[in-house]
Amino acid sequence: MSDPYAVVARPVRLDYTYTAGTASSRFLRAIMQRRLLGSRCPSCAKVYVPLRTSCPTCGVEMGEDVAVSDRGIVTTFCIVNIPFPGMAVKPPFAAASVLLDGADIPIFHLIQEIPAEEVRMGLRVEAVWRPDDEMEPSMESIRHFRPTGEPDAPFERYKDHL
Amino acid sequence: MREVAIVAFAQTPYVRSEQERTETEMLAPVIREAVGRSGIDAKAIGFTVSGSSDYLAGQPFAFVQALDAVGAWPPIRESHVEMDGAWALYEAWLRLQCGDVDSALVYAFGKSSLGDIRDVLTLQLDPYCVAPLWPDSVSVAALQARALLDSGRYSERDFAAVAARSRRDARANPAAQLAGDADADALFAEPYVVAPLRKHACPPISDGAAAVVLAAGELARRVCERPAWVRGIDHRIEPHQLGMRDLTRSPSTRLAAERAGAFDASPDIAELHAPFAHQELILRDELALPAGTAVNPSGGALAANAVMVAGLARIGEAAQRVMAGEARRALAHATSGPCLQQNLVCVLEA
Repeated sequence: MSDPYAVVARPVRLDYTYTAGTASSRFLRAIMQRRLLGSRCPSCAKVYVPLRTSCPTCGVEMGEDVAVSDRGIVTTFCIVNIPFPGMAVKPPFAAASVLLDGADIPIFHLIQEIPAEEVRMGLRVEAVWRPDDEMEPSMESIRHFRPTGEPDAPFERYKDHL
Repeated sequence: MREVAIVAFAQTPYVRSEQERTETEMLAPVIREAVGRSGIDAKAIGFTVSGSSDYLAGQPFAFVQALDAVGAWPPIRESHVEMDGAWALYEAWLRLQCGDVDSALVYAFGKSSLGDIRDVLTLQLDPYCVAPLWPDSVSVAALQARALLDSGRYSERDFAAVAARSRRDARANPAAQLAGDADADALFAEPYVVAPLRKHACPPISDGAAAVVLAAGELARRVCERPAWVRGIDHRIEPHQLGMRDLTRSPSTRLAAERAGAFDASPDIAELHAPFAHQELILRDELALPAGTAVNPSGGALAANAVMVAGLARIGEAAQRVMAGEARRALAHATSGPCLQQNLVCVLEA
């Protein structure tokens, strides 16, 4: 009896030139100066970080750029226990949504300098930036976030930003 | 059938490479312009559908990002086709037939410049027997052009004449990428890109976006002085295997045209989506267009060919002329796939 099926290997390789776009370019340039830029929607008044040109909720053109803080609140998080190739930090560690002060939409980043099991919702954190000579136009210019030592934010403060 | 009309159209100027803006940034002003022209409140649009291809951007689910340009909250009824926006328009027309919504936004966007488009389009070929040989899109079109020459119906000079006319007509189209006072003899002197296709017989590589707003019955009459009514729309497909069909003919175009009622009366204008010059000649034959019909007054796909957009733009250009009173009856055609594999015909009337 012949084989019921055959496997054909057909490697495909295509190269692309990616365009960051006007909004992301402004955001990434500001990162180089250790500034985090958002944009405020003229319709719903929410501040989106990173900044963008359209409000995804309202579909209207974004208004002014808004500089937000590099400090914020852990709104939600997960503990990564399983290693994978190319991992930057050793598990277990916490990956979290961080609501920066002045922003309405949390960003995603790592939480370090605290045992993973102590990371919690409401934890106040601040960005740890790379040294000047290691800065690049990337979110990786923030090495991670660490606790500020301030009292935890009450749930009321971030319940609408989860 | 429920009466449905095109009530607004907008498009970007087409460029060889849009390096500043993302697809979403390129698209957002076009959507706002089309919806603004329609006079329908953006939040009142009943259905939204788009056409694009993730292979152009090289990113999975690239089309989801485009929803930023729409504003999808509160949740909207939304759909996407991994096809030219003309097929998204077909879905919108079908959706409006259901009767529970009265308006639809259709948009398409594409940057053909991000990868090597000739290779990207290879991936639409049969993945077992054809694509592994990596025939690029121009080579595949050249096979068709060669077959057409061998049929004795047309010559290479005819290809140059189509290109020259397209570029001349495109001078009146501010969105066109390739326009000019082209002379067919001068074009004919160009070297081959892939014989028998010279550069002028091939489409430019274009980035751009387009949007159309459809409205049904009374709403269309209320928001638009002269709506472009969709009198018929149909699409048909050829076998996938290139060797199984006569590449010099397009029975799918003819059948779609029949079903769309295209042969009931002659159109004043026809916008044909023929990325390669010889394809316009094949389409004209199948559609039996009389001498009095102006073909591709916009310049057609030889003047700008943003992949996934150019078909919707043909429908939009045709509708624009009906809405402006320049045509009473118009035919629009869109194609997809290699060698006119799939074809859509739409008949519009004032």
